[in-house]
Order: sequence, then C-alpha cells, then structure tokens
Amino acid sequence: MPKFEVDPAVHRGLADARLNVEIDNGDMILNLGPQHPATHGTLRLVVRLDGERVVASDVVIGYMHRGYEKLTEYRTYPQITTLINRIDWLSSFANEVPFVHAAEQLMGIEAPPRAEYIRTALTELSRIATFLLFLGEMGLQVGAITPAFYGFRDREYVLNAIESATGGRFHPNFNRIGGLKDDLPWGWIAETRESMRKVLKSCDEFEDLVVSNPIFQKRTRGIGIIPAELGASYGVSGSNLRASGVDWDLRRDGKPYLVYNDLDWKVWTHSDGDSFARYWVRLQETRESARMVLQLLDVMPSGPVMTKVPKIIKVPEGEVWVNTENPLGEMGYYVISKGATGPFRVKIRTASLSNVSIAPWLLRGVYLPDIITVLASLYFILGDIDK
Amino acid sequence: MSGGALRSGPLKPVGELLKYSRKYSLWMFQWGLACCAIEMGAALAGPRYDVMRLGVIPFPASPRQADLIVISGTVTDKMAPAIRRLYEQMPDPKYVISMGSCANCGGPYWDSYSVTKGVDQIIPVDVYIPGCPPRPEAFVQGIVMLQERIQREDPAERWQGKHWEPIVVGGGEVPA
Repeated sequence: MPKFEVDPAVHRGLADARLNVEIDNGDMILNLGPQHPATHGTLRLVVRLDGERVVASDVVIGYMHRGYEKLTEYRTYPQITTLINRIDWLSSFANEVPFVHAAEQLMGIEAPPRAEYIRTALTELSRIATFLLFLGEMGLQVGAITPAFYGFRDREYVLNAIESATGGRFHPNFNRIGGLKDDLPWGWIAETRESMRKVLKSCDEFEDLVVSNPIFQKRTRGIGIIPAELGASYGVSGSNLRASGVDWDLRRDGKPYLVYNDLDWKVWTHSDGDSFARYWVRLQETRESARMVLQLLDVMPSGPVMTKVPKIIKVPEGEVWVNTENPLGEMGYYVISKGATGPFRVKIRTASLSNVSIAPWLLRGVYLPDIITVLASLYFILGDIDK
Repeated sequence: MSGGALRSGPLKPVGELLKYSRKYSLWMFQWGLACCAIEMGAALAGPRYDVMRLGVIPFPASPRQADLIVISGTVTDKMAPAIRRLYEQMPDPKYVISMGSCANCGGPYWDSYSVTKGVDQIIPVDVYIPGCPPRPEAFVQGIVMLQERIQREDPAERWQGKHWEPIVVGGGEVPA
C-alpha cells in the first residue's frame, strides 16, 4: 500500500476538473507580437497551444518590409551602399562588401590590397559586434538579465573601433566602389588590438557566466534541434547550420573573397544542433574573429586604399551573383546592370529569411517558454527577414 | 483635479512637487522597430549611458501602465494601425518620442511604397530625435528635454488638449 494514499473524493474532484477542462478544450490560440520584446523587433507569431505545448505555429512577417529591391532601381550605385547598410542593421559593414564586390566585378576593377585588408578587419569587427549582442541577449531570453549588460558593455569597445575608423557607429557606409573612403586613422591599430584583447577576455566571461551555467544548459540543451539535412533543405545557413554539424563556411568554401585565405583560422562546428550548440558556435566564432582581426592588424600592408575610378560611376552591362558569409548566414546580391548609373534589378538573398522559415517546424511540440529561447538562438534580424 | 488651484495660490508648491515627481518616474513603453531600437537598447542596458538613472523605467507590462512611448525605427503601413491602437490604450497624460529619421519623416525610405513617412501622421509627437540612427547620447538628451517640458508645463492644459510646440533634439532650447 503506498504511503500517500489520496482520499477518493479528491480523485473525483480531479476527474471533474479534468472533465471541465476537456469540455471547453479548444486549443488556445496565442498571438505573440508584432511588438514583443523577445522577437527582436516586429516578428509576429500565431501559436496554437495544447496546454503548454505548441501544436502549430505560424510566422507572420512583413511588418518591417521597406521595399529594398524596388528602391535599388531608383538609386545610383554609391547611394545603394547607404541603403543596404540598413538591411541587417547589426552587421552593416558586412552587408556592403558583397554589393561593392558585385559592382567591382562588373566594372572589372579591383580594390588595392590594403583596402581589402581593412575591409576584412571591419567585416570581422562587425561580426564581433553582432555576436556580442547575441551572447548577451540570449542570456536575457532565458531569464538572466546580467549577460545583457556585459554584452552591451563589450560591444561598445568594438563600436568605438568601427567609429574611429569609419565615422559611423552603426552604419559606416565606408565602402566605395574601388576601395574605401579613407585610410585608417593614426593609432587605430594599437587601439583595436587593445579592444580585441578585451573581447577575448569577455568571451571567457561569457563561457563562465552563461555556457557553464546549469540553468542555461537546462533551458537550451536538447531543445530546438535542427537536423543537418533538413536545415540545409530549408536554406538555413551560417552559424545555425554549423551548429548542426555541417562544416560549411563561405569564407573558406565559397568563391574566394577578401583575404580570408591568407589567414590562419578555423571553422567551428557542433554536432548537437540544439539551442545550446548555436550559442556555443557563436561564442567560438566571436573568439575566432577576434583572433583574425589581431592577425590582420599584424600583417596590414601599406599602400593606397582607392583605385582610379571615374567620377560618375557607370557599370557596364552584365549580370553577377556575389554571396558572402555574413554574421547571420549567407548573404548574396544578384545584380543586373544595363549600363546605367544604377542597377536594373537587384535580387537580395538574406540569411534571416531562410533561417526563420524553419521556425514553424522547429517550434512544433516545444513548451511555450522555449519558443523564446529557440527563436533567440536562431538569431534573426527583422530587417534582414523583410528587406 | 482642477488646474486652477494648483497653478496659483497656496497650492502652487504642491503642483510643482507633482510635476517634479512625474518627471522622474516616467514609465516608458519601448516600441523598438529597427536599427534605432538597438541604440535605444544600448542607452537603456549599456552601462555607459544608463538612462534608468534619470528615472525612466522601460518595463511596463502593457501600454496601459506607460507614460511615455518611444517609436524607434521604420514605421511601415502594416505596422501603423498597431501603433495607433496601442497609443490609444495609454492613459493620459502621455508623451511620444519619435526616434530616428525613419520615424520622423521616412528617412532613407522617403520614396518607398510600404513605409509610413513619419509617425506624426498617426500619433502626435512631443520630441523628435534626428539621426540615422541617433547616438544613445541623443536619446538621453531627448529624455532630459522632455523632463524639462514636463516640469514647465501645466498639467491641466495638457489634459484639456492644448497643442505644444514639439521639441527637436539639437534644435535649441525647449520651446515654451
């Protein structure tokens, strides 16, 4: 006889309660967003819940649609770099690079080596700034507010480095077709080396504070697992796919761009594919990027930062597809030029749209609070989804 | 409360105290839309800027508990009805900060087919913060100027719906 026997009347009461629940047991429809702090902007989720479990979910996008592909048809090439800064607003500099490369390839010019080195350094700096925000925000989504403060604090060091080189904290608009607007300011290399050391130190802090935290591991391990083949078929790219064990990075495996081939670096993967793996991979990539910047600062060549280009840029007729590894994943531009000052048509492939398209599949069967952690670990930017 | 007794006479110090308290306990509803939301986040969560030291608390559970709404980012035509609806849910007296060029006038998307050219088309704006995006310091400045306005204004007139000249950060003194 078990020790804790319950009075039969209590059982009846429980059964009644259950019956009552089942009478009006329509699945609950919960609307998350379009303005919800956990969705990083204006993503709207319509979730069907059975108790605490998600039965089905629908992602409603378009609240941030600004009509980029149409706007590019009305702008000249130098004006478009201003615009595309704001697609994925966290890694603005990385957005400019593929577009400028596309225009340069159509014109048949190449930026000088020093410009390519500076471009690589600034791309990696913007990657670090993006990931530091993620490393902090992810703590916020599992209920720890402290990592967010650390993330924002350490991000300032990187933003300072970007600002002192380009003049813009957020949207540098520093790339020109054929090079860069300016050379680096005096003393930049020493300052950036110092901030990279701070970034490496803060990565260790995140390792102690978040990754090895048992609560964080309980909330993220085994939740939101993306199988490698399914992820690839949905078009998931970048760190999300590498966290599923796919050893694929456009910086190494794609058409060579910038100066990544001259550097000594490693592509990090994780075999689990869950929320924890995505966090872990991004943490390692932040470290790797900081090490890459340190290497770049050591071997930065001297020379001009701009080639000779005509005052009014006209791009000859042609089509080109350039894709690069942005912090959020694969980003590409398909540029069709008809020989005018602006492109005829630009197709923009953004990483977040594909990354978030797996969300309805991924959210099926998870608990309601895990929606937030799974979405946060996918790490999308709404401007990158809606364009 | 009738404003007459507070505006002059023996109760005037009470009115001043009321305004002083209101100014340093602004509950702020964040409407983070685009790039500016990250700079707003840096101003709120970043230890370097720390807006909360000015008494701005960014955690109301719903707009019904908020005094201040910050529209930071690009307002699209799809988003505009939601902004209007949540603004109407806020209790009076309520203040609106429009942060960034997009919320002010459409910004770089001035000729886009899907962007609302200025949030002031749908809700009245008290403070305009220019910039694309504005620095966190500009956001702090906007909050300080709004607090100056609250200290100076007459709450009774505000509730009666008096029109106030909007504040522009970087555009000189707070207009009377």
